Amino acid sequence: MKKRQLTTLLAIAAITPLALTACSGGGAQTGGDPDTLTILDYYNNEPDKTLIQAALDTCAEELDVTIERETVPGKDLIQKVLQRSSSKTLPDVLMLDNPDLQEIAATGGLAPLSDYDVDTSGFADGILEAATYEDEVYGLAPTVNTLGLFYNETLLAEAGIEPPTTWDELKTAAAALTTGDQYGLAFSAIATYEGSWQFLPFMWTNGGDETDLNTPEVAEALQLWVDLVDSGSASKSVLNWSQADVKDQFVAGNAAMMINGPWQIPGLAETPDVKWGTVQVPVNDESQTPIAPLGGEVWTVPVTGDDEKQAKAASFVECISSDDNQLELATERYTVPTKTELAGEYVEAVPTMEAFTEQVANARSRTGQLGEEWPEAATVIYTAIQLALTGQASVEDAFEQAAAG
Amino acid sequence: MTTTRLTSGPAPASPDGAPRRGTLPGRTRKQQFRRQFSKENITKILFVVPAALYIVLFFGYPVVKNVVMSLQDYTTKTFFTGEAPWVGIQNYVTVITSNLFWPSLTNTALFTIGSILGQFVIGLALAAFFKRRFPLNNFLRSMLLLPWLLPLIVASATWRSILDQDSGILNRFLGTLGLDAIPWLTDPSVALTAVILVNIWVGIPFNVTILYGGLQDIPDELYEAGALDGAIGWKAFRHITWPNLRPVVSVVLLLGVVYTLKVLDIILGLTNGGPANATQTLAIRSYQESFVNFEFGVGAAFSNILILISLLFAIIYLRANRRQVDE
Repeated sequence: MKKRQLTTLLAIAAITPLALTACSGGGAQTGGDPDTLTILDYYNNEPDKTLIQAALDTCAEELDVTIERETVPGKDLIQKVLQRSSSKTLPDVLMLDNPDLQEIAATGGLAPLSDYDVDTSGFADGILEAATYEDEVYGLAPTVNTLGLFYNETLLAEAGIEPPTTWDELKTAAAALTTGDQYGLAFSAIATYEGSWQFLPFMWTNGGDETDLNTPEVAEALQLWVDLVDSGSASKSVLNWSQADVKDQFVAGNAAMMINGPWQIPGLAETPDVKWGTVQVPVNDESQTPIAPLGGEVWTVPVTGDDEKQAKAASFVECISSDDNQLELATERYTVPTKTELAGEYVEAVPTMEAFTEQVANARSRTGQLGEEWPEAATVIYTAIQLALTGQASVEDAFEQAAAG
Repeated sequence: MTTTRLTSGPAPASPDGAPRRGTLPGRTRKQQFRRQFSKENITKILFVVPAALYIVLFFGYPVVKNVVMSLQDYTTKTFFTGEAPWVGIQNYVTVITSNLFWPSLTNTALFTIGSILGQFVIGLALAAFFKRRFPLNNFLRSMLLLPWLLPLIVASATWRSILDQDSGILNRFLGTLGLDAIPWLTDPSVALTAVILVNIWVGIPFNVTILYGGLQDIPDELYEAGALDGAIGWKAFRHITWPNLRPVVSVVLLLGVVYTLKVLDIILGLTNGGPANATQTLAIRSYQESFVNFEFGVGAAFSNILILISLLFAIIYLRANRRQVDE
């Protein structure tokens, strides 16, 4: 009896991998249907998952195709893309985070949209820059996001403080709002790309540039963060906070202001008693224009070898970024339309997004200058921030020391 | 018992086989012997084949692939084009000359030694404690397994909030005792200690379980006899428990070292190698090079160095074990 059980178990164990491979084989074959487009993206959480699905369904209907959509967690997307490219099972339509696009385009895995006469006019420069590799546009984004300063209306009103617009005002306001368990400001200086992304508005606004990080402008921006933490206006824990943690601190009333993006707005809506407003990221000198980084995802057409389907996929990508879709997605997901002419209409419909829409108009992409080299610069930036905030290096030496690592 | 029968070759001939063998004429005997031998051989091979296939497929191939990868310029492009230019030992040079290599090697050593020491001492103490009979013993012992059952990513997220400098429950508790808040995860000089403490917490169940099993195997008669000779308490532990537990201890320590060297999720979840690279280990470097910077060749070189270190401990263990068997 026991022996038979063991045999059954062994048999099951032996068959399972076969069954699994059979499944994955089947998945690849469905790509053969000429009227079915496979789609891969990382909107695996609600409400984004459903909202994106609605946009995709609209386009599927418009182009008279059926779609097969797969969503994976954000951090797994690139691994998935690499796996599927080596097994030649790339989807027909692929979503990528905009700073990853050039890296993937450089591999030759994506088709340029100009091959299929996709109209790329009217889009904001920043997002086209992010989607361009060697003078060819590889992807389109319906909406984008960026960073701004959120403030707690109640706390600021109680203290009689106006939302800060310059660094000096930011420091004074943050210091004045720091009482007891409450810090004036929260931001994320974590040792990941998130930390670098949060630092960019300060660095860029002050004239700093990722092509040369050893400049007084960059050091000055870092000094601002060091001052905020050293003076106690921001918690030392910023070193370990992700942007989601920053939002939690803000919601819990542990921080009166925070640097964050509009994707936190649905989360903030869950606590209606916390009244908040937004302004653009403060500038060092009143003459400066706030320049923030551009976030958001672009839709691309991978090279699958089936030219007819690639053409269909290109039309699909164009459809996702159509005016109607842009406005719909922007309104529901609190992101900003990428076509500059839609800005006015959008702000009228969603007034809370005014500051972010202004911010997007001047926003820059992270990969515009360095392209595939951006990840290295991003690593240097977050390492330098960590070195300076922990007192391991002065703001002048931090970037050089980080670059040596 | 089964193992000895399987390994001692010709022995399983039926009890009446031996006398019959002597009486048979030369040729048939030889034939029969050959037939028996070959059949047995095939059976033996059949026993080995599944395991061998498994090892070649799931251990041999990845290890070889990893070594090859570490000698190539293996990047995102490789996945699309299939081309990975041969660069010889260039990746290893990059690894060893990088500024983070020696600090991360030191951190790996400190992390491993600290974790193993803590896990083992606390694990052994708890195992010895649970050997006594008292009410709720089984219940408490199974509760102790909890850290083991929690997904590491959940455990590290929870610990991250516990160790938060301002709102973390641990610092709040220390505050009520009149102590200053400790910057657990935000001060480069404390972070490694904090990460080690969490890893000790994760590793205790494993140590308790295996050591408790080892303690159960020590016959009570030994303690009874020892007690008659005056070996009780600490003396009993020193002269009866410890010598009898040694084989189990060496297994626990070896596995502990191998598991701890490659710890990734806990550090990623707690600090991601920060603050200011204070918790970078070889495993973190390997992960970040491969899956953050997409330099798979350099990542593979880091992981091969890690595998070599693990192998070193495995060899030490095997040698120590052989000496024990020889004794």
